[in-house]
Amino acid sequence: MKILKNLLKSPMFVIGIGLFLGTLFLAFLGPLFANMSLDRVASSYAPPGDGLLLGADNLGRNYVALLLHGLRNSLYVGFLAGIIATTVGTLIGIYGGFKGGIIDDILSVTTNLFIVIPQLIVLILISASLKDGRSLTLIAVIIGATGWTWSARAVRAQSAALKSRDHIALARINGDGTFAILVKHILPYLASYVFMVFIIQIASGILSESAISMLGLGPMDTQSLGIILNDAKANGALGDGIWWGIFPSTILITTIVFSLYLINTSMEGVFNPRLRRE
Amino acid sequence: MLKQYPTLRFILQRAGWYLLTFLVAVVINFALPRLGSDPVDIIMGQNSGGDPAMQEIKRVSFLKEFGLAKLDDKGEVVYDSVTNAQGVKERMPVKKGIVEQFTTYVGKTLQGDLGSSFQKYPKKVTEVMGDAVPWTVALQLPTIVFGWIIGNLLGALAAYKRGTFDRVFFPMALLFSAVPFFVFGMLLVYFFAVQWGMFPAMGGFAADIVPGFNLEFFGSAAYHYVLPFFSIFLISAGGQAIGMRSMGIYELGTDYIKYAKWLGVKETRILLYVFRNAMLPQLTGLALSLGAMVGGALITEMIFSYPGLGMAMLTAIQFNDYPVIQGVTLIITTCVLIANFTVDILIAFLDPRVKAGLQMGGN
Repeated sequence: MKILKNLLKSPMFVIGIGLFLGTLFLAFLGPLFANMSLDRVASSYAPPGDGLLLGADNLGRNYVALLLHGLRNSLYVGFLAGIIATTVGTLIGIYGGFKGGIIDDILSVTTNLFIVIPQLIVLILISASLKDGRSLTLIAVIIGATGWTWSARAVRAQSAALKSRDHIALARINGDGTFAILVKHILPYLASYVFMVFIIQIASGILSESAISMLGLGPMDTQSLGIILNDAKANGALGDGIWWGIFPSTILITTIVFSLYLINTSMEGVFNPRLRRE
Repeated sequence: MLKQYPTLRFILQRAGWYLLTFLVAVVINFALPRLGSDPVDIIMGQNSGGDPAMQEIKRVSFLKEFGLAKLDDKGEVVYDSVTNAQGVKERMPVKKGIVEQFTTYVGKTLQGDLGSSFQKYPKKVTEVMGDAVPWTVALQLPTIVFGWIIGNLLGALAAYKRGTFDRVFFPMALLFSAVPFFVFGMLLVYFFAVQWGMFPAMGGFAADIVPGFNLEFFGSAAYHYVLPFFSIFLISAGGQAIGMRSMGIYELGTDYIKYAKWLGVKETRILLYVFRNAMLPQLTGLALSLGAMVGGALITEMIFSYPGLGMAMLTAIQFNDYPVIQGVTLIITTCVLIANFTVDILIAFLDPRVKAGLQMGGN
């Protein structure tokens, strides 16, 4: 509770969480008020007006409905990918850092190997080979499965530093096994850190999805912010100055990512007193 | 044996490490495309239009080229007759085993032979990429290097000044670092190219100019360079500035700085110390984020239809041009590994702590 109080004192955190909750509300409450039909309702790239708040896309579909579908799907992919990447990274990092020795070496080498191979490249190779059946969930799983590396590295460093603390030695003497020590005596120390990693992983999950969707390798037969953007770009919205095809989705992606970065940075400020403003 | 030359030993160690990473990357590049669908099926299913007999010849030459089909004594593809649902006999090539496929792939890759492009057959993948690589390098290397330098300088300044400068600068830098590369690229195109017509919206040079060593071409290329440059530069600078700012704040709180201030050491000198010490973790950070940066920059290239690897990749994806996709991913990974290696070596030469550690025989 005290942490939350401190966090709420930071204007950056308040803005960040406000923006993020705003997008969540939009994604989940928006469909209650808006017409969510994706049928053709207007001419190609009909401008905003005539009951269409944000105009229509090249197929004459209502942009508001497209964006609400897309926003929800992008958030879904971000959260799922974030959960997978954080869980895998934390497990590998915490275990390797605490265990040390040969297991740690193997895990570290694997982590460091995959950190330098660009994630986007691996994503492209996998997605390109999956000719059909690329669902939102599958894409999220792939993003999560390829994005765990740096969280493993970060958590490992923290876990290794905690290993030699006195209370761990006491727990050992007390007869606690590795698993019990990890859960009871190491994880609580890392909880705030892991949460911060999770926040960044959600953001990078959303970014990764939109990046591969921009390449035409994203989820199929569905909408996401990246797919909307890709469709608009592929159908000349950018060159023809169709701002309603480009801006709303770019603003939504940037708002989500920016709000998550704000939350992360403000938490860093609270947990690391040196960064606090005098 | 190399005890007397600690730096050399370090370099060799790192080189060995990156060689291992490279091999893993080659395995990934070989294995991942085979996850979803069989390359033989893909090649047999390729249809680039035209005479069916020519298509057959093209397919067979691909199977040979990529070492996918078994060959008889005369070097012809061995066929296997398959009866399908309607009872019609079809000729299907007999596949090589996966291990054989892998050794062929590695052998050819190490010789620099990445096969031919499906789409632009018989153009070689290496030729397709050879046209694109200079553009990508010319765009990405300066943006990332200058973005790093400028971003770090601004970050250090923000950490040192705090106050109003920091209060305005920091959220700005945060916003820039949060904007995805491609989003920022699109905004630049929309305003500076489409709305205000100040810069061209796409391409690496004007369409009516033949690339060559002349002033006209370089002028046109420079003009087309502005928007892509800024869209990558500003975002990477923003990200670096944030990292540098928190490193700088940390350094400024350390005892040696307090002591130096107390001694009355000049401000600029203190700033130099802070910059030097905070710069090293930033270099490590650069090495770690290079992969993500290059990926983001590739997408930016596509927004601008810049004739680099990003565009080559996009075209290849649209045409299911597997050999080119694989070639591009391999060359990008290789470049990122080389860049990482360079940064590692730089750190070894710049960081007195690493040097001291090396000389004491540690690693």
